[in-house]
Amino acid sequence: MKQNEIKIKIQNLNFFYGEKQALFDISMDIFKNQVTALIGPSGCGKSTFLRCLNRMNDLIPNSKVEGAVYFDGKNIYDPQVDVVSLRRKVGMVFQKPNPFPKSIFENVAYGLKVQGIKDKYLIEQKVEESLKMAALWDDVKDRLGESAMGLSGGQQQRLCIARAIAVEPEVLLMDEPASALDPIATKKIEELIFELKKNFTIVIVTHNMQQAARISDYTGFFFMGKLIEVDTTETIFTKPGKKETEDYITGRFG
Amino acid sequence: MALGQSKFVEKLVFGIFRISAFINILALTLFLYFIVKNGISAISWEFLTSPPKDMMTKGGIFPCIVGTFILSFGALVVSMPFGIGTAIYLSEYANNEFLVRIIRLGVNNLAGVPSIVFGLFGLAFFATYLKFRVSILTGISTLGILILPVIISTAEEAISSVPSTFREASLALGATKWQTIKKVVLPAALPGILTGSILSLSRAAGETAAIMYTAAVFYSPHLPKSIFDPVMALPYHIYVLATAGTEIEKTRPLQYGSALVLVVLILLMNITAIYIRAKKQDKV
Ligand SMILES: Nc1ncnc2c1ncn2[C@@H]1O[C@H](COP(=O)(O)OP(=O)(O)O)[C@@H](O)[C@H]1O
Ligand SMILES: [Mg+2]
Repeated sequence: MKQNEIKIKIQNLNFFYGEKQALFDISMDIFKNQVTALIGPSGCGKSTFLRCLNRMNDLIPNSKVEGAVYFDGKNIYDPQVDVVSLRRKVGMVFQKPNPFPKSIFENVAYGLKVQGIKDKYLIEQKVEESLKMAALWDDVKDRLGESAMGLSGGQQQRLCIARAIAVEPEVLLMDEPASALDPIATKKIEELIFELKKNFTIVIVTHNMQQAARISDYTGFFFMGKLIEVDTTETIFTKPGKKETEDYITGRFG
Repeated sequence: MALGQSKFVEKLVFGIFRISAFINILALTLFLYFIVKNGISAISWEFLTSPPKDMMTKGGIFPCIVGTFILSFGALVVSMPFGIGTAIYLSEYANNEFLVRIIRLGVNNLAGVPSIVFGLFGLAFFATYLKFRVSILTGISTLGILILPVIISTAEEAISSVPSTFREASLALGATKWQTIKKVVLPAALPGILTGSILSLSRAAGETAAIMYTAAVFYSPHLPKSIFDPVMALPYHIYVLATAGTEIEKTRPLQYGSALVLVVLILLMNITAIYIRAKKQDKV
């Protein structure tokens, strides 16, 4: 593997939905300013794993986490960790676009406002910057006051990306961000991810292997709650180390 | 043959539903026609804007209209903070199943209590024990409790029907739980909460038994000056004219006139609130 700075280090992570174990002893590193793709058949625990990285799973009643996730060397599951400030550093884009039923502007400004930023000029500037970065500015600059619900699916998802990057997180978690979109919108999101990687560390779940191959530097293959293999994307797709990985990427199952 | 039969059943069932709907509308129309026909002759500018005269056999109902407004909106003001607070607690914060069940049981039982019992409770607790006497304060407190179950259950329903994806999006952006509730959940639930408030506003405006010992007087020469004064109110006024007056027959037009005003008032309240709600929905 290339020598890169480790941004997140996951160690022996287990996750339980009640009695049911969904993740088994997962250890992997996520490198700074790289795109890490998580692939695997549906139901294998990709989303569950991703949601462990910003403690979104805390919301699920009766769930339990074991092991450690070190973010810049500090375990985010330490009792004294402030989840709110963790989530400011680890942003998330969901599978289905979920803009708030508010104006386009308010959607992007939301994360800044809840941080207590009041300076109107600064907020406006940040909103514009984020929308530009998300390649949405030209589409919406004349109707920032209109409801975000009126945008197309692809635009909504780019709005959600703009909303997530407006608070300048260090890591961006994306859970199949293009799965609900058409090919053109998907292409735009992929180009966007390529741009974003300059500023952010990205972890993206996808069930589309071509997509993983196109956009990621590292790829992890999940199967039945276990991380079978993680390596550079090139290695995974050209000479995978495990038989299950090979079977999956050559389409023999999944 | 079987097909023909099931088609017939289909038509029959459809017909029965249509007739039920029709009967419903007919009953409502008849009711309104009856009230309007008997009441319209009493309506005049003077009737609406002046106080009763000559032992309430003449004059208007202005103080009753004012009183009904004060009591119903007052009840809402008293009830909404508690009701919405309880709903937020139940749907967003409570993690003790047992406690939640107890609270729900309490709320549901409260909803089934006859309003006269609320009236007696208001008299005993607010008027006598807390020494609020027969006053607006006692009335709106009593009505406030009476409408609490509707406010709680509609608000809770509205809050829990806000998609969890909104909450997740907000929390993932580093908002606290309370910020999420305040800035995302409550605004999205507002139309539903308003609907509940409309229902309870009309309920409070039409309530008679709960105010007759707690807030209403059959005659007051002037409008209330503070919340410690009693008021006249439309439903109680109708009740008094129709049962306790010396000239029950003679004041029939006044009774129907008052009833007409009450019905129109309630309709107006509903329309206003629905309008506010529709506007709020447009704005999202
Ligand atoms: N909230 C939940 N409660 C219980 N089980 C869940 C929940 N979410 C996911 N699961 C289960 O955990 C496993 C992993 O799911 P998930 O992480 O969503 O997989 P993926 O994203 O790879 O499709 C599945 O078996 C799924 O049924
Ligand atoms: Mg998933």
